[in-house]
Amino acid sequence: MARILGGITTSHIPAVGNAIANESFEDPYWKPFFDGYPPIHDWLAETKPDVVINIYNDHGLGFFLDKMPTFAIGAAHEYRNEDEGWGIPRLDPFPGDARMSWHLIEEMVAAEFDITSCQELAVDHGFVVPMQLFWPGAPHNAAMPRAIPISANTVQHPIPTLNRALNFGKALRRAIQSYPEDVKVVILGTGGLSHQLDGARAGFINREFDEYCMEKIVTDPEALTKISRYELVEKAGAQGTEFLMWMMMRGALGAKVNPLHRNYHIPISNTGAGTMLLECAA
Amino acid sequence: MEFAHFDHHSPIPGTTLFDGAMAMKGYALNKMCYSFNAAENREAFKADPEAYMERYQLTEAQKEAVRHRNVLEMIAEGGNIYYLAKLAGIYHLSVQDVGAQQTGMTTEAFKQKLLDAGRA
Repeated sequence: MARILGGITTSHIPAVGNAIANESFEDPYWKPFFDGYPPIHDWLAETKPDVVINIYNDHGLGFFLDKMPTFAIGAAHEYRNEDEGWGIPRLDPFPGDARMSWHLIEEMVAAEFDITSCQELAVDHGFVVPMQLFWPGAPHNAAMPRAIPISANTVQHPIPTLNRALNFGKALRRAIQSYPEDVKVVILGTGGLSHQLDGARAGFINREFDEYCMEKIVTDPEALTKISRYELVEKAGAQGTEFLMWMMMRGALGAKVNPLHRNYHIPISNTGAGTMLLECAA
Repeated sequence: MEFAHFDHHSPIPGTTLFDGAMAMKGYALNKMCYSFNAAENREAFKADPEAYMERYQLTEAQKEAVRHRNVLEMIAEGGNIYYLAKLAGIYHLSVQDVGAQQTGMTTEAFKQKLLDAGRA
């Protein structure tokens, strides 16, 4: 049966992709950020997941406002990044696991989460940057697991509630655990933490709130479901709503997790950047 | 078109909730910006912005905002920042340049504000 090893969170800021391309790892601006990743590389080398479920939010590449799925699951054999409008390099495709995708879709809909299934899905920086952070050289890293992207809407309100996001993760856990194949799974929750790109409040970052979220997501994620969506925009910034991805990931990890590693740094681009490694308790 | 139940005017200062009402208002502008994912469309816009905006049937207010390269005006006309970022890319503006413009600061001062947030 499939087994969930743990979850990893990271911000997925586009500028990180450029910094990786330019190998700016020792640059004084970037070093405090990239220093957060070697302990995660070590853990991945030790645990060797077969499948990565990459929970991210599309930013206007895979989906447009004509049809905006609240929750979408990739069901393709491979996923390609595409030009997002600023001419980033196109990479070779990321291999998927369509068989497992369809199992998850079946189980999630049976659990009354109404999913948009995607046999083609262009993946943007929200998916690609974390893959490159965790598996350097991706998609050309032999240890990189097969990927299943899950995207939640944070582009247009109404966005899901934090409670719904956590419950989505709990249903996802049951769906993964009922997969008959013997695969080891790691869950990514990408995006955040606090940032706002638009409006006269652009540049808003909230360290206190980010630190509260990083603490509670380990010990008491249920407490975070008390935060309303409006309050999330107010406290995390208009794009800080990406924290929903962290909640989805957390729900999939079970009641108790061991926090093995964390890093937090302000600013990366306009964002409070948070990285955490949470191992499922035995 | 008016939908009373959509009209929850955001009281968070400096923040526009991009909801159904804004998504309807900004549809043409955002659709144009979404087209900029393709390099050939970016070239077509650069070659003749007026014709390109006409093709996507932008409102006059949206056209004016684009002509002024004014992000706050674009947001007021229903622009969503994720799509507007693709237009900003055509002008080689970073998210810090865009932030600086919206807050009435120089890009250097805006970057300093972000660094200061890390020291708070």
